[in-house]
Amino acid sequence: MAATVLHLYFRRSDMKIYIRSSACISAQKTFNNESFLSDIIEYTGTRVKAIEPDYKEYIDPKQIRRMSHVIKMGVAAAKQSLIDAQVDMPGAIITGTAFGCMEDTITFLTRVVEQQEELLPPTAFIQSTHNTVAAQIALLLQCHNYNSTFVHKGISFESALFDAVMMLNEQEADDILVGGTEEMVDASFKVLTRLGLYKRQPVSNLQLYNTVSKGTIGGEGAVFFLLSDKSSPHNLAELTGIKTLYKPKLLENAIVDFLKANSLTINDIDLVINGKNGDIKNDEVYNELNNSLFKKTPIANYKHLCGEYATSSSFALWLAANIVKLGAVPAAVVEKGLASSPKKVLVYNHYQNKYNSLMLVSAI
Amino acid sequence: MSSVVYVAGLGVISAIGNNAAENFASLKNEQAGMGDITLLNTIHKGILPVAEVKLSNDELAALTGLPNNISRTTLLSMVAAKEALEDAAIPGFEGLRSGFVSANSVGGMDKSEDFFVEFLKDNNKGKLRNVFDHECGSMTEIVADKLGISDFMTTVSTACSSSANAIFYGARLIKNDMLDVVIAGGTDSLTKFTLNGFNTLMILDKEFCKPFDEHREGLNLGEGAGYLVLVSEKVAKTLNKQSYCMLSGYNNSNDAYHQTASSPDGTGSYLAMQGALKKSGLTPADIDYINLHGTGTPNNDSAEGTAIKRLFEPVFPPMSSTKSYTGHTLGASGGIEAVYSALAIKNQVIYPNLRFETRMDELPFEPETEFLSGQDIKHVMSNSFGFGGNCTSLIFSKI
Repeated sequence: MAATVLHLYFRRSDMKIYIRSSACISAQKTFNNESFLSDIIEYTGTRVKAIEPDYKEYIDPKQIRRMSHVIKMGVAAAKQSLIDAQVDMPGAIITGTAFGCMEDTITFLTRVVEQQEELLPPTAFIQSTHNTVAAQIALLLQCHNYNSTFVHKGISFESALFDAVMMLNEQEADDILVGGTEEMVDASFKVLTRLGLYKRQPVSNLQLYNTVSKGTIGGEGAVFFLLSDKSSPHNLAELTGIKTLYKPKLLENAIVDFLKANSLTINDIDLVINGKNGDIKNDEVYNELNNSLFKKTPIANYKHLCGEYATSSSFALWLAANIVKLGAVPAAVVEKGLASSPKKVLVYNHYQNKYNSLMLVSAI
Repeated sequence: MSSVVYVAGLGVISAIGNNAAENFASLKNEQAGMGDITLLNTIHKGILPVAEVKLSNDELAALTGLPNNISRTTLLSMVAAKEALEDAAIPGFEGLRSGFVSANSVGGMDKSEDFFVEFLKDNNKGKLRNVFDHECGSMTEIVADKLGISDFMTTVSTACSSSANAIFYGARLIKNDMLDVVIAGGTDSLTKFTLNGFNTLMILDKEFCKPFDEHREGLNLGEGAGYLVLVSEKVAKTLNKQSYCMLSGYNNSNDAYHQTASSPDGTGSYLAMQGALKKSGLTPADIDYINLHGTGTPNNDSAEGTAIKRLFEPVFPPMSSTKSYTGHTLGASGGIEAVYSALAIKNQVIYPNLRFETRMDELPFEPETEFLSGQDIKHVMSNSFGFGGNCTSLIFSKI
């Protein structure tokens, strides 16, 4: 087995990758909201649901009725991201989702079983494919450009982001729309609960990290970004680096190497956003890092706000980009330390102790 | 950035064979893989023909060393990916940066739909081990673990164009110097979910499919897996045998017309083929064979044919749909057909389009109906189009 881990060095030496805009639909008031996480919603339970925007502003009402939750969230977040970026036609549309269109999948599967394969309507099947969100965005925009969907568990969003970064590096396209989407439906929540992912007792999301027990809280959301290699005062942030690691043996060394590859040390990092989720085993690695490599670094967490889901790192990237743009860290995410006007933010997340990702975001 | 990506190894399992040699022999002998449903417990048994892989899950498990109670999609993937890696026989593979980029359309649905029967009656019932690996990414992860690949893996799902997109994402990982070797392709097994899904769309032929025929009535579903081992120029030089071909062109364009139907003029298909030609620096006249998407549905073949007419007129290269052998293997089709394209270049052959009788009224050309050997095949175009308007064309070129 090769000893190296995958790096993405941004190879064109003159190239920078900017996050022009980002739109986030989550369980918090993150969508089209000027107050950046200052009005936090408390939930008690083991699952948080995304707050639905007024879809009529984005989608024809006739189509809204036919669209599942994840399609609507995805399309609205994608469109808002384009509006904020003042881009009409993206150069590519790339999405990441681990479970895809669960609502339509469950609907069709239920009918196959209950109606014993007879007289089935096709709509749910048609919209059940994992690429439906990206496809619907293309359809609404009449966008014929590159269109792809990645479906790899906890790095579905990162795989999409890799694709976007490579495409900018190859100078194949600009203004790339990239997003992470996930919906939680009752059936998947039930199955994942039985599989032990979530807590057995209701918990306040605001007390998530103080509840020392197994399991987390389930979440969902849709976050889109418009990436470009063009500098602009309107850019939110620079995406300086991204790396994924599968079952890393020496995580701390890998993080140090990642920073080094970007000519940085941990002392240059103003804030680390961790993917803590309240599960005792899941959080071990974050606690270890907070006492070692990240000991002197201010720390933030985010999953108490959006819940745990496979593409939640897209929420973390939205958070990081806005933090460097606004130069302030919302109190609701702070675990320790005071980061005044942070310029460099490291996002470290892992999904079920297998898939790890690092994303480095810098002020423009 | 302009480096060439070589195809160093091939692996395939489908209804017409359990490895590349068996598949090639069936292609040559004009032996199609369709037949009655034997594996699925469905009301369509005996009515709708499908193209099943002729091995049980127990037999696939024995071949791969994986347990027999996991998704058939994973087992098929393992057979073909393992064959591809062994075929490439890359010296010093362990020391190289390697990746596995696989595609599938419905993950572990074959197991999940068993789980769901009990789960629907009572949400506390249903064996969790049947749903544990439902995610598409699980198929990829199990196979990557077994192959000892941990530097990078990911899964693509763009319906029927999935594995073509996986192949060129893999090639780009090499071109961007992130990896040295990528095993790329896709897998799908037959499920009641997809069989019933396609049946609701009324695009399944009750007879064996007749792609590009005026009287075509739909597709037959199939199953299988197909992978290429893609390597950098540097790795290609270390191989003990010559690579099969190069991946010289690729493009992914969106039809942006309808969630499932193709536009009448085949906009997405046209843009994908045109884009792949541009990427490879070739002209339409350079293409020696097109491995068609050619599902056999009235809509696909009409749109694809119209796009070919617009792009290639007045001279049309030989073309055929090998789905007339394998059925439509969905997320695996781009991978399986990429293997066939590489074999067409290596063996300098063109495959026939089985059961073709009548040229489509709207087209000035028709597919090849005989197996042709001794051809001068330098460039092969392979088309994969799917739901969501996802259209991808790949071009493989002789070294």
